[in-house]
Amino acid sequence: MYTQGLDQKGEDAGRTAETAERLAAFQARIDAEEKIEAKDWMPDAYRRTLVRQISQHAHSEIIGMQPEGNWLTRAPSLRRKAILLAKVQDEAGHGLYLYSAAETLGTSRGQMVDDLLSGKAKYSSIFNYPTLTWADIGAIGWLVDGAAIMNQIPLCRCSYGPYARAMVRVCKEESFHQRQGFEIMLSLSRGSEEQKAMAQDALNRWWWPSLMMFGPGDSDSKHSAQSMAWKIKRFTNDELRQKFVDVTVPQAEFLGIRVPDDELEFDAESGHYKFGEIDWQEFFDVLAGNGPCNRQRLQKRQRAHNDGEWVREAARAYAEKQRRKAAA
Amino acid sequence: MTNHQALTKYLFRLGDNALILAQRLGELVANGPELEEELATANFALDYLGQARMFYARACELEGAGRDEDEIAFLRGEREFENFLLVEQPNGHFGDTIVRQVLFDSFYILQLEALAACSDPGTAEIAARAQKEIQYHLRHAAHWLVRLGDGTQESHARVADSLQNFWRYTGELFDGDGIDDLMHSAFDGPDLQRIAGTWHDNVGKILQQATLQMPEDQWMDGGGREGRHTEPFGYLLAEMQYMQRAFPGASW
Amino acid sequence: MSNKEWPLYEVFIRSRAGLSHRHAGSVHAADAQMALDHARDVYTRRNEGVSIWVVRSSEIIASDPAESSAFFEPAADKIYRHPTFYEIPDGVENL
Repeated sequence: MYTQGLDQKGEDAGRTAETAERLAAFQARIDAEEKIEAKDWMPDAYRRTLVRQISQHAHSEIIGMQPEGNWLTRAPSLRRKAILLAKVQDEAGHGLYLYSAAETLGTSRGQMVDDLLSGKAKYSSIFNYPTLTWADIGAIGWLVDGAAIMNQIPLCRCSYGPYARAMVRVCKEESFHQRQGFEIMLSLSRGSEEQKAMAQDALNRWWWPSLMMFGPGDSDSKHSAQSMAWKIKRFTNDELRQKFVDVTVPQAEFLGIRVPDDELEFDAESGHYKFGEIDWQEFFDVLAGNGPCNRQRLQKRQRAHNDGEWVREAARAYAEKQRRKAAA
Repeated sequence: MTNHQALTKYLFRLGDNALILAQRLGELVANGPELEEELATANFALDYLGQARMFYARACELEGAGRDEDEIAFLRGEREFENFLLVEQPNGHFGDTIVRQVLFDSFYILQLEALAACSDPGTAEIAARAQKEIQYHLRHAAHWLVRLGDGTQESHARVADSLQNFWRYTGELFDGDGIDDLMHSAFDGPDLQRIAGTWHDNVGKILQQATLQMPEDQWMDGGGREGRHTEPFGYLLAEMQYMQRAFPGASW
Repeated sequence: MSNKEWPLYEVFIRSRAGLSHRHAGSVHAADAQMALDHARDVYTRRNEGVSIWVVRSSEIIASDPAESSAFFEPAADKIYRHPTFYEIPDGVENL
């Protein structure tokens, strides 16, 4: 999902200084559904996994502002403009809540931002695709936020308290995001032929990348098991992906647009939709930096960061002057 | 011109100022010097946008010609917008944006304060709501101007420069026409002469705290009230109106 | 860059009159005034607050989880501090 990169990297469990006894006691707390708080003892690997997962999630929110921000100045009505502005602003807010949660684990936001800008930290592959028409704004709300919510709701019960609390807030605020996207798609599907074609084109381009958001299949996802044991993750990638397909396909039918998958069919026996093979090569390419917008997204963030340096510096200098004045 | 027409036109102008400033601030999303500031900027843009929609709604109602907010925003040409030149100026760097905010909001807050007490209840109600929002904007922007003015040498030089660049657009804020006169005489609206004095005092205090010099009297640009704009404005409209122009009559 | 980061402030919000302030999260800010502004813009976008406190995170003094059993467990067996400890015969009211 927003933390697909996690499933990629091999991770040394680093348990040398941790006695079996302490680890068992920690696991017992988790098994008892107790929340772990910032100052509690935790295994290094738990801390590292969380910092990576939460910061990747935060980076995704922040980079995720760009594809939609791309249409802010061109929204087709004032009502749409206000909704989109509020939504993109929420994403900045959610990024902040999450950085805030990650900072409780002892990594500064500055460090996390540095890691993002240097390319060391990952963010969701989905935000490296371009928004070419207004319908893409509908598709993002409907599909991308739809997929995100599916992943985020279980995170509200994550074992790490500050993360779980941040997610409760995020989920509460995001409940309108998917609806506004579906509403855009609905307006298009009820509009002119040109508008319908725009909606279909957006679904064609966003469908597969949305499925990739859930990360590699369970058989290729190394860290699922440990994350599940720690209750950082509650469902596997494939479980969530299947759930997403099951709820989304009927919505596409309602909109009168076709999901671009020839193998898609409902399997009455299992009660689930069967769907075609995902192009994992594309997924790994985008994750490795070779997507349509990877460079632009990071460059834009880097530019904002560089352009803001004199401002941050000035504010620090002013605060320092005030401090000295107050002390004198 | 009847009083009714003057009031209608005046409300369209208020809407234009708020909309164009919202559009400019909307360009800044994902461009802030720090994340928290990006949220603040988006808040401001949302406030102005909300105000524009309220002013337009009221103006359209008074006009009675069956136009709606989107027709007003997206289907008028450059010469039909009557916002101040100040609000359409490009964002520039963070200091430019802050200076533009301080200069405009220092005026706007006084204008709203007067309108909140005017004799047209519809206008007064919107103004009273907007006033609270702008109070916060002004506080936020003024604090920033002080930080930048009294921060580093670089930040001081940058905002001193911004101030020089934008000062020429402040003259027309107080250079009213017949509509402003009627708004004042018939509806007990803003007295621009008086506002000008208060504005100078208030802005002067902020600048002093920011260790910045108030620019000297100079040539002033103008023409917003007559729909005579600066060059960047055409591009702003082209971008903002693109969808409605490309797909006439479609609903979104 | 990290060392030049604006300091961290913890944010506490009173959601309505009559309730206590509650921890909402944190913001970075160069000074106290900015911290208040940031807290307002980040944590009260949906009308969540009527009052905000901000405090430098480094100023917070917290109890140590390693001492939590010494700190908190002794209070657990003082059951006579709770009204349910006492027996009230049927028919006795207003007690």
